[in-house]
Amino acid sequence: MAHNEHTSHGGASHGTVKSYIVGFVLSVILTVIPFWMVMSGSFSKSVTAISIFVLAFIQLFVHLVYFLHMNRSSEQQWNVMAFVYTVIMVAILVIGSLWIMLNLNYNMMMG
Amino acid sequence: MSTEAVNNHNAHAHGHEHEHHDASDMKVFGFWVYLMTDCILFATIFATFAVLANSYAGGPTGAEIFELPFVLTETMILLVSSFTFGLASIAGHHGKKSSVLGWLFVTFLLGLSFIIMEIYEFHHLIAEGFGPHNSAFLSAFFTLVGTHGLHVTCGLIWLVVMMVQIKKNGLDTNNNTRMMNLSLFWHFLDIIWIFVFTVVYLLGVL
Repeated sequence: MAHNEHTSHGGASHGTVKSYIVGFVLSVILTVIPFWMVMSGSFSKSVTAISIFVLAFIQLFVHLVYFLHMNRSSEQQWNVMAFVYTVIMVAILVIGSLWIMLNLNYNMMMG
Repeated sequence: MSTEAVNNHNAHAHGHEHEHHDASDMKVFGFWVYLMTDCILFATIFATFAVLANSYAGGPTGAEIFELPFVLTETMILLVSSFTFGLASIAGHHGKKSSVLGWLFVTFLLGLSFIIMEIYEFHHLIAEGFGPHNSAFLSAFFTLVGTHGLHVTCGLIWLVVMMVQIKKNGLDTNNNTRMMNLSLFWHFLDIIWIFVFTVVYLLGVL
């Protein structure tokens, strides 16, 4: 067990068969639920939209932890720091673009 | 005396190993930074898609052209390929060369099926007259999904190269580092796909 959970110094720690199976099963569940919600259409649009986004973000973390073996150990701190910086940049890019363009759309619609 | 010499030699070899380890860590970290810049690339394309998602210009909407069971199949194939790659890297840590090659080949076949399905979908859409020139929505769709597909194609080429390198040189330090990078790349593509199916397909049909 101790051997299996050996962590390399910097790059990435190794997983075990068990951790990959757990990650895989969780990902399947987190994929099937949003598809089912949209295909069955049994929920209101806003509930479905919010749910599929929440499930996508949960699945992102499942992948990061079980497949990319990200953790809070000191060996990984540079990887995590680069990742956090990227998340901030992505948020500014996506939210900023939508904010500006939707505002522009709204203000250009002069009737 | 001779034992001491052997021990010394071992200690020296170990020190060498450690240096290799550090160099390989730097390479994996460098590759990680590249993946982060790739995230920014995808973020700009996602932002573009989100802005243009309702600009149909009289063309078809997402609900009219997307088939969710087809996309679900694609998603599952990519997910299973991520899992089989995981099994390949575990086999790599245990030094089992033939099982690494086996799992890499399975991963390659799954990735290839994914790309074939995507090409079929693109071909089908264009044949129906819904090519990228029809509306801003379709342009953004082809750009986003196509960029992801291009990455997967690069991953497939890398998988072939990796299999040849392992077959030739075995699981040496260089190949282990390459395996780690390829594993990050392959899992990363699956993460991008989570957002592609959520934002493009599910939200498009909703």
